[in-house]
Amino acid sequence: MISRYQRRRSVNIVTLGASVIVTILGIAILVSILTTVIEHGMAAFSPDLFTHMTPPPGGKGGLLNAIVGSLIITFIAIAIGAPVGILAGTFLSEFGRGSFLTEATRFISDILLSAPSILIGLFVFEVAVVTVGHFSAWAGALALAIIAVPVILRTTEDMLRLVPNDLREAAAALGAPQWKTIVMVCFRAVRTGIVTGVLLAFARISGETAPLLFTALNNQFWSTDLNAPMANLPAVIFQFAMSPYDDWQRLAWAGALLTTVAILALSIAARVVLAAPKEKRQ
Amino acid sequence: MTAMDASNVVLSRQLRAQQIADGAFRGITFLCAGLVLATLGAILVALTWGSLPALRAFHFSFFTRDVWNPVTEQFGAVAAIYGTLVTSTIAILVGVPISFGIAIFLTELAPSWLRRPIGTAIELLAAIPSIIFGMWGLFVFAPFFARHYQPWMTNHLGELPLVGALFQGPPLGIGMLTAGIILAVMIIPFISAIMRDVFLTVPAVMRESAYSIGATTWEVMWNVVLPYTRTSVIGAIMLGLGRALGETMAVTFVIGNAHHVSASLFMPGATISSTIANEFTEAVGDIYYSSLIALGLALFIVTITVLALAKLMLRRLDFRLR
Repeated sequence: MISRYQRRRSVNIVTLGASVIVTILGIAILVSILTTVIEHGMAAFSPDLFTHMTPPPGGKGGLLNAIVGSLIITFIAIAIGAPVGILAGTFLSEFGRGSFLTEATRFISDILLSAPSILIGLFVFEVAVVTVGHFSAWAGALALAIIAVPVILRTTEDMLRLVPNDLREAAAALGAPQWKTIVMVCFRAVRTGIVTGVLLAFARISGETAPLLFTALNNQFWSTDLNAPMANLPAVIFQFAMSPYDDWQRLAWAGALLTTVAILALSIAARVVLAAPKEKRQ
Repeated sequence: MTAMDASNVVLSRQLRAQQIADGAFRGITFLCAGLVLATLGAILVALTWGSLPALRAFHFSFFTRDVWNPVTEQFGAVAAIYGTLVTSTIAILVGVPISFGIAIFLTELAPSWLRRPIGTAIELLAAIPSIIFGMWGLFVFAPFFARHYQPWMTNHLGELPLVGALFQGPPLGIGMLTAGIILAVMIIPFISAIMRDVFLTVPAVMRESAYSIGATTWEVMWNVVLPYTRTSVIGAIMLGLGRALGETMAVTFVIGNAHHVSASLFMPGATISSTIANEFTEAVGDIYYSSLIALGLALFIVTITVLALAKLMLRRLDFRLR
């Protein structure tokens, strides 16, 4: 006969055991993804990746145009998105505290943070491709910038809220105008936080594929013309991985390795940047 | 006297300049905040505008017809909506219990030195881009699943009444079930991270009083912690659902892209986002374009509603963390 006590105990053991197992499963999936990407990626890795253009099926080639294109598009996106995100975050924290506009903007920004990125691609297609009449790297960068802004806005606002009011009051007491207080005191105090936000946004948009498919499109050839379709890693990976050609698939894995390494490095760098000053303070 | 006047003039000029600079700075930040606010509305307007031709051609029947034929230019959204709902449901059914388990492990079971590294590892899973999940799903998970699990499922679950039909069919590897499982893996980091944060907001006194009257760890989690955090947990799940509904690249890789409603979860299907990703650049003709944008509009309205509800439910948590 199983007593009530024994039943409760076994339920406890089973559920907690399951909790340990699913955690191990989660880690195992991460490890499996990483080893797959590293294994396939390293097999296809060669210096050619950085010196040759994307080839036709069966040809020899690399990913040079895609790597350069991705860097250009991503940097432009950050150059547009970072100022907008930082300034909007500044408004929420410094000027509009408690107002309806602030609440609404934060709410909308948080929703945009999780909104399907493909819809942002569709939106930019309607706004910046249909009107102009052709696909362009600008459109791709705009789509990525829209994805980057909420990430940067959120971190900036959260970080600025941590700045003690004493600092603001001290600057005001010295006669500093508000913009100087914010730029030279508050921004400086949360510099690392803002950098973290930008790094996280960088990591987030580096792997985004869906919004680029119909904005920057893709390009088999070398092009740095921002008004024309531009090759980019995610779109090349998508096209090559879904193709039936072995050599294209190998290049896709190499591209996947580059992207994953870059993104994990950025994510870890963001954590390190944020963690460093805290340790100093202790 | 005159020297004082002069310095007053200089001072007031300086003050004026600073006031202008302040106003300009404030104005710029206001503009940026307004820009963010306007984006969502602009997306809605642009998608509605783009989908007008299709909605004019098919009226409301666009959302109720199971047809997707570019040749005859007849389009209906049922297959894509069905695929989206089925894959997201699978993702929630698989992902939520696993996330809950991970959150229990991270808050109750793991020794403190293990919490940070495991928490970080799970969060890194969230950083991996969708397209990598797609490749992993297509080249690693799908073959593995087809070889080891699908035949077993057909043999053991395929005969059951009611649900049996779900598990019949060829073990292709790719299909709606695989897409749902990959989606589950992708939303686990988001749900479990929020659940962990939420569980940590439960006052230690409540936990300890439950332990002190002899409750087991599971009973504390299930009967004390979970009821206390119910709203936020549902918010976390809805946030995961919002992500699953709109997830594109990973699904596009593994779902097989077939426009029909099939009872079996092993069969290929299509979701709204995979349809758009696959067909948009190849679409010819206004109606085809417009139909794809109309699909996007439907997805937009559904995900925004789900995400807004999720944010409202998680609001309390936001205040508590701040």
